[in-house]
Amino acid sequence: MTSRPIGKDVPRVDGWAKATGAALYTDDLSLPGMLHGALLRSPVPHARIAHLDTRRAAALPGVKAVVVGSDLPAVKYGNWRLVPTTQDELALARGRVRFVGDEVAAVAAVDRDTAEEALALIRVEYEPLPAVFDLDAAMAAGAPVLHEATPDNVSVTRKIAFGDLEAGFGASDYVREDTFTVQAVSHAYLEPCATLAQADDLGRITLWTSTQTPYIVQCLLASTLGLRENEVRVVKPAVGGGFGGKMELRPWDVCAAFIARRTGKPVKFALSREEELATGRRRHPMRLRSRVGFKRDGTLMAKDLQVLLEGGAYNSMGPTATFLVGNFGAMLYRYPAYRYAGAHVYTNHAPAGAMRGFGAPQALFATETQMNMAAEALGIDPIELRLKNAMRPGDEIPDVATVGTCGFAECLERVAEMSGWREKRRRGPGTGGGKGLGIGCYSFITGGVFNWFNTPYPFSAAEVRAYADGTVHLLTMASDIGQGSDTVLQQILAEELGIRMQDVQMTAGDTAMTPKGDLGTWGSRVTLMAGNAVLEAARQVKEELARMVSLRFDLNVVQEVELKDGMVRSKFRPDRGIPFAEAVAMAQKANRGKPVVGRGTYTPRDMGLVTPTFSFGAQVAEVDVDRETGVTRVTKVYTAHDCGTVLNPMAVDGQVHGCIQMGMGYALSEELVMRDGKTVNASFLDYKMPGALDMPECEAVCVETHDPRGPFGAKETGEGPISATAPAIADAVWHASGYRATGLPITAEKLLAALDGDDSIAGERRAEASCAIPDPRPRG
Amino acid sequence: MKQTIRLRVNGDTYEVAVPPWRTLNEVLREDLRLTGTKRGCGDGDCGACTVLLDGRSVTSCLMLAVEAVGHEVTTVEGLATARDALHPVQAEFIAAGAIQCGYCTPGMELSAAYLLSRNPSPTDDEIRRGLSGNLCRCTGYQKIFEAVRRASDRLKGAAPPDAAAGDPAAGGPAGGDPSGGGARP
Ligand code: FES
Ligand code: FES
Repeated sequence: MTSRPIGKDVPRVDGWAKATGAALYTDDLSLPGMLHGALLRSPVPHARIAHLDTRRAAALPGVKAVVVGSDLPAVKYGNWRLVPTTQDELALARGRVRFVGDEVAAVAAVDRDTAEEALALIRVEYEPLPAVFDLDAAMAAGAPVLHEATPDNVSVTRKIAFGDLEAGFGASDYVREDTFTVQAVSHAYLEPCATLAQADDLGRITLWTSTQTPYIVQCLLASTLGLRENEVRVVKPAVGGGFGGKMELRPWDVCAAFIARRTGKPVKFALSREEELATGRRRHPMRLRSRVGFKRDGTLMAKDLQVLLEGGAYNSMGPTATFLVGNFGAMLYRYPAYRYAGAHVYTNHAPAGAMRGFGAPQALFATETQMNMAAEALGIDPIELRLKNAMRPGDEIPDVATVGTCGFAECLERVAEMSGWREKRRRGPGTGGGKGLGIGCYSFITGGVFNWFNTPYPFSAAEVRAYADGTVHLLTMASDIGQGSDTVLQQILAEELGIRMQDVQMTAGDTAMTPKGDLGTWGSRVTLMAGNAVLEAARQVKEELARMVSLRFDLNVVQEVELKDGMVRSKFRPDRGIPFAEAVAMAQKANRGKPVVGRGTYTPRDMGLVTPTFSFGAQVAEVDVDRETGVTRVTKVYTAHDCGTVLNPMAVDGQVHGCIQMGMGYALSEELVMRDGKTVNASFLDYKMPGALDMPECEAVCVETHDPRGPFGAKETGEGPISATAPAIADAVWHASGYRATGLPITAEKLLAALDGDDSIAGERRAEASCAIPDPRPRG
Repeated sequence: MKQTIRLRVNGDTYEVAVPPWRTLNEVLREDLRLTGTKRGCGDGDCGACTVLLDGRSVTSCLMLAVEAVGHEVTTVEGLATARDALHPVQAEFIAAGAIQCGYCTPGMELSAAYLLSRNPSPTDDEIRRGLSGNLCRCTGYQKIFEAVRRASDRLKGAAPPDAAAGDPAAGGPAGGDPSGGGARP
């Protein structure tokens, strides 16, 4: 049996539990005497709460607690702990609601039916306030203000600038300016959020919750309850997907913990799908205005990007999005001059948050579509145009980031070959009998170096306990939410210690039991950051065991000791060695029984403002457009991607496929449709994500690089590819039909209207729409 | 208001007192504590709650518990016959990498088991149609299709097709790996 799991199709370590139904998700947990919670939400988008009467609800038999905003400590929270003024949320509204779904009260009762009955008995009088539902209304002079501290509704602005923009455009032979609009979409993870809180005699809390970020939930929950951080223990059970939507403290966490402390009984909240779709986090809708200049030969000269992000009623992860969209706008190509200005705008919609690809799907839909438009205008093949400008290893975004390994150009070559691009793309748009193919590309971060959470702990940590029976136990707060990080981290450990996967056990995602800290699962950070922490911990164990073997066999000091095939032995003289278990026993005895333990941490330093390293990739989509119905079918998607060294090909494939599914929904069918502040399609029947019948054939190749910053050379793969799919499909739709979409989703209705020449319905010609950021008004 | 009913689930008989409006999904998950059956929407749209009723797939969130009286219910907990004897569909879901977050998995597996019980050699198109009632947000479905193809091959090779049809719980053994399918290197 091999002890070299890295690079192999290792099946998931949680596969058996998930295949048999044994895996426990939060809503599967139940404790004796447990109460069931339910949330009362605002039915109006913006109002003052004039009157709130909970007496009848509290009197209902079986109801154990009714909580409103004034019961809870008035501590605002938000992930941007580094800048406390951005923390603008309360678990339950105090005097004011700001979106349809804003939480107003919480009830806990002996069963769910009673809790829901009680909700209906709560009387709330709302005094409506004027509401704003789009960027222009929110930014207009005299617009209703959502938060007094932000009188212009612009809660965050960010800028990036380098190079001489004027000179760049001045020297350009071809300049174009376009406006792109992208919609709100849902994470639509299959497991709705749930949480279960239990208090002890001193009111300390254990919280099992469906989260990507146990440490963040721990800290923020403690602060909202007035507890010390470690008086809250957060445990992450199996999580049914997150995609960025489960990386914050949420009102049900606070309410469950608060009620558990008050009643002394465990309390569970489990959201419905309707709550998730109608009120849950979503991808930021954006308007992006991009001006870009080229030389006649296709050389990029300058880019000026202005972006307005519709944030909804609270900041959530908006401050990060506002920076990242500008960062991603500068990726992929060499821009001699670049300027970005972004603004995050409050509206009376459910707040947008982080979502897979965070900022990149929007930025790159604009970048990539504009590249394709420019290619058309310049008469240059889109792949050639990209190759001419592609980022190369060592390139810099001045003062922001340095590109380390970069296989982008090779990805472009490979995807052209795989897809037969040069042959198939030769024909003009709309001449292929409804068939077409198009291209989109991506780059993404492998973990963020930013510390908006202001953690004083390492970004990732791992402890490895080696035992004299040959087993090891890995402890880390890193959180597998379905992407497979538990498996990859165990692979890394087994590889480094030369043992088998089944020799490894693991405890993860428990803030009391695993070493501090870990910022959680977001920004494609886990493999690199937690992976490096695991490697460091493993190397300490390795070092100790190597010492034993050197002593025992009196090895020459220049001889390397290797851990392989369950042995600790001289690399030069493999017969001089002992089994791993024996080496651990020796080390323990030599240290008066002290356990053999390794502790590793990872914190990025001096790596610019963004990430240790970027992934890259290129994707070609083939579509079939039915000119009668306007329906676009994606028939095949080719992907060539650089995710560093592949640690688990099967897991990497799975991430690419998942990205394609989500990117395709973004391109063609998914949109949270809003009317008067309400989400009108809050069911899976009406919110259309691609299903088994819709998925195209997917073919992917890895253009491997070896990144010195990644464990065994690895980079990210879980988020990047999603950003390529929508622009690739949009370009393919153009090639198939002649219609160039600058807005998403490309629904059949829009496509038909556009093919009929009706721009008003297509709604994409927004040349006049402004993305200018008004001068800030004085802040209160 | 409550009425006592007898449910047959995975070959066992349970007596439970339930109000008439309680869904099979709620009774399975909350009364019988068979939490392998998931709830993704409660509206019949996602398939995460799929179980078999007399061998046919149904969404348990749309079915009242009282409607299941007199029928044989199979949940994901009833698919494997022992820890190391998974149903071929389960074993292949693990081996093919068809599981990520796993929340759609029990429902997917039951839909796949139902499909293979009716049609031991489905075409790719038939596999897609057989799973069209089950949403997955993680995998992009590719590896799920592959797992079903492989399970179909294994079912045909392992046992006379009739034995594995009809009753999915009687599916062939899941290969020789004592850790329960999905060999670890
Ligand atoms: S939970 Fe039954 S179909 Fe979604
Ligand atoms: S594996 Fe997560 S929904 Fe299918």
